[in-house]
Amino acid sequence: MAQLDTREKLAILADAAKYDASCASSGTSKRDSAGGKGLGSTEGMGICHAYAPDGRCISLLKILLTNSCIFDCHYCINRKSSNVRRARFTVEEVVQLTLNFYKRNYIEGLFLSSGIIRSSNYTMEQIVEIARQLREVHDFRGYIHLKTIPDADPELMRAAGLYADRVSINVELPTTNGLKRLAPEKDGGRIEGAMGGMKTAIEDGRDAKKRYKSAPKYAPAGQSTQMIVGADAASDGDIIVKASSLYDRFHMRRVYYSAFSPIPDASAVLPLKSPPLMREHRLYQSDWLMRFYGFQPREVVAATDDGMLPLDIDPKLAWALKFRDSFPVDINRAPREMLLRVPGLGTKAVGAILSSRRYRNLRLEDVARLTQSVRKIRPFISCVGWSPGRTTDLADLKALIVPKREQLELFAA
Amino acid sequence: MRCVTLEHEEDFDGWRTAARALALANVPPEDVTWQVGDTPQDLFGDEAVLEDNSRATLTVPKPFLQLAQSVICHSERERFALLYRMLLRLQKNREALQDRADPLRKRLEELRKSVARDIHKMRAFVRFREVQTEDETRFVAWFEPEHHIVRTNAPFFQRRFASMNWSILTPELCAHWDGETLSFTEGATKADAPAGDPVEETWKTYFASIFNPARMKVKAMTAEMPKKYWKNMPESALIPDMIAGARAREMTMVQTSREGIARAGDNRAKSLSALREEAEGCRRCDLWKPATQLVFGEGPVDAALMLIGEQPGDQEDLAGRPFVGPAGQLLDRFLSDVGIDRSATYVTNAVKHFKYEQRGKRRIHSKPNGGEIDACRWWLTQEIDLVQPKVTVALGASAARAMLGKTVTISKTRGAAIELPDGSEGWVTVHPSYLLRIPDQGRAEEERARFREDLATVKARVAALT
Repeated sequence: MAQLDTREKLAILADAAKYDASCASSGTSKRDSAGGKGLGSTEGMGICHAYAPDGRCISLLKILLTNSCIFDCHYCINRKSSNVRRARFTVEEVVQLTLNFYKRNYIEGLFLSSGIIRSSNYTMEQIVEIARQLREVHDFRGYIHLKTIPDADPELMRAAGLYADRVSINVELPTTNGLKRLAPEKDGGRIEGAMGGMKTAIEDGRDAKKRYKSAPKYAPAGQSTQMIVGADAASDGDIIVKASSLYDRFHMRRVYYSAFSPIPDASAVLPLKSPPLMREHRLYQSDWLMRFYGFQPREVVAATDDGMLPLDIDPKLAWALKFRDSFPVDINRAPREMLLRVPGLGTKAVGAILSSRRYRNLRLEDVARLTQSVRKIRPFISCVGWSPGRTTDLADLKALIVPKREQLELFAA
Repeated sequence: MRCVTLEHEEDFDGWRTAARALALANVPPEDVTWQVGDTPQDLFGDEAVLEDNSRATLTVPKPFLQLAQSVICHSERERFALLYRMLLRLQKNREALQDRADPLRKRLEELRKSVARDIHKMRAFVRFREVQTEDETRFVAWFEPEHHIVRTNAPFFQRRFASMNWSILTPELCAHWDGETLSFTEGATKADAPAGDPVEETWKTYFASIFNPARMKVKAMTAEMPKKYWKNMPESALIPDMIAGARAREMTMVQTSREGIARAGDNRAKSLSALREEAEGCRRCDLWKPATQLVFGEGPVDAALMLIGEQPGDQEDLAGRPFVGPAGQLLDRFLSDVGIDRSATYVTNAVKHFKYEQRGKRRIHSKPNGGEIDACRWWLTQEIDLVQPKVTVALGASAARAMLGKTVTISKTRGAAIELPDGSEGWVTVHPSYLLRIPDQGRAEEERARFREDLATVKARVAALT
């Protein structure tokens, strides 16, 4: 094989990394280089430095160290049996790319993942070495996210957390059967074992930091994971329950969903509708309901039809339409938890309502000023001078709220 | 009428001093005009005669200060007056800021949001270019903010790039950092900034490669990266071609992943058996409940021919294998008549569980509905992906719907090859059980002959394609 230059390698290894959904650079500890030493800063909220036409943010240099892999997982474009072009970065190349991009303000940092070459330990060593050089040789203070390999030596996993802001281990598939079928070389038990180990390491790190100021920060942005949606038979209900257990057991900061893409089936060829992407979107919404809106997993599951979330409406509206007896909610009196249940009211709008209603009795026009669209929430609320009357109980309420389906564009979401 | 002249567009201190004095003097907002720098004085404006009230105190809640510091940066000319109006209101009601449904409060909030967004976007979209001179290396950017935010935003770049020398040039104000001090100079033009940087080509390569053409969301992109910023971002030049070429790239991706499965080797057989195992727990519809067991497809994983029936019948449900009942036996006879080896064929059903009605002791076959076929189609698609037959034959209308994803009439689709999404051939014919139910002897013979003919054609097509 002819030698590839860095740009050719980048084309291959960024292309191979695009199936990783995460690009977050938020939630880590604050640091900067204002003292004149080092390069970079993190200030809590991550920054998206560009957006691609797929609508996704480009915050990090997201690449694989190599797309060669000794595993043969069916959902993965880099599997052993795939005939994609292979490439491999050297440690130095990744370090220089990261620094050069960062200095020009293209990125917040690095998200490094890799196919497995030679052995899990060998690959993990290379990944850790890149992070180490960035931190120790170049005093890089930007964001680093490392995807770790569950089979690697625990000592290497520990080292990853010392240099990275965030570490992640992919759960890959929501069901063990799916994992067995699609990733025959992977083992669900080992993946969860590694997540458990990481959770302990992160907690120990935080404990140590509390006691000794000199203790090193350990993965301050926590751990995350990713699940592939649509490649196995799991229903949305299964996925929601699985995600919630990952949050609970391993203190995940985020569970990412990735619609199996591209999936060789009729929908990819005749893109009149793209259910996997919409499904992915609905799952993220349900994730939000559990994380920010006080929904219990079972309540989200109750919003599904036979385990599947409706694709035409969001899960919160689906829940409201199923549990009409909880509405209308009195804008001027209802507690925060109930306001959060109103479809169309976000956390910010609820905050604004709570703050404003201490000073005035809110009328519908006041509510309109505090929210995005009063038309959508009207059937579910009451306030001074407004009561939805029987609207809340109308059989075709959904049609009143959901705009008529437009002609779908060829390239629409 | 009083007239206040502020030093520059984001002169918060000037505004504060003037507003404090005016408020203490109880000057109503209608009587004040606000101007910046050299702009001509209001013809009828008196100089704001401000009494020295340094002893008197005027307090505001802390959130108002933050709000005002931010709103001052907005390009809206009314901003000084709006803030003064709010300041007066706060003197009467210290909680006025809490009432977010109030129109003035909302207006200020909108201004604040717009400034915050511009600040954020500047942090995101400034693009430095490296310039080497004899005595230094400097990173220089050209940026056009919407509001007066350079002064406020410069410390961010200082904290982040403290070890570099950098300059951010904008039409109104330029910020510079030399490793020790932050300084500001007058506005510049785009021509003052460097024209390029070799690393930009690498960045463009990254931008084009990280993008997934199978998921187009152009609106989501422009919502977060409005076009007004594009002109100073090198990568944005690629966007039109990326959008135009997405479809072709998606097709290549689909093709590559299809070819990948064909080469999957050992894992294909393993996957097929794992798929079957997974299907045993299927709850995608309710047909699993009354059925005895799942009846999955069977046959070699590399079969060139796939036959799809409708669903298992009474005997298949008990045996756990497809096409073993009366219709299956009839099918076997036809297959051997035309010389198709069933053991080299992958035989499966559109629906994998037996749907029936109990009548007395007998279980009577009941046609699966569209929802059930579509729910089960998920499994069939995976079988097809793994087996990748050259020719697929749908036996009957349910199988045709499962194969094609839409309802078709058998009489109209029969007898001609249909190109399937993966490029292979699909054929539609009747289900063998139909042949068992024709009462008229003569017509039954006719139909059987036609079915035999169909199978013979299929055999010839398989031979031609392998």
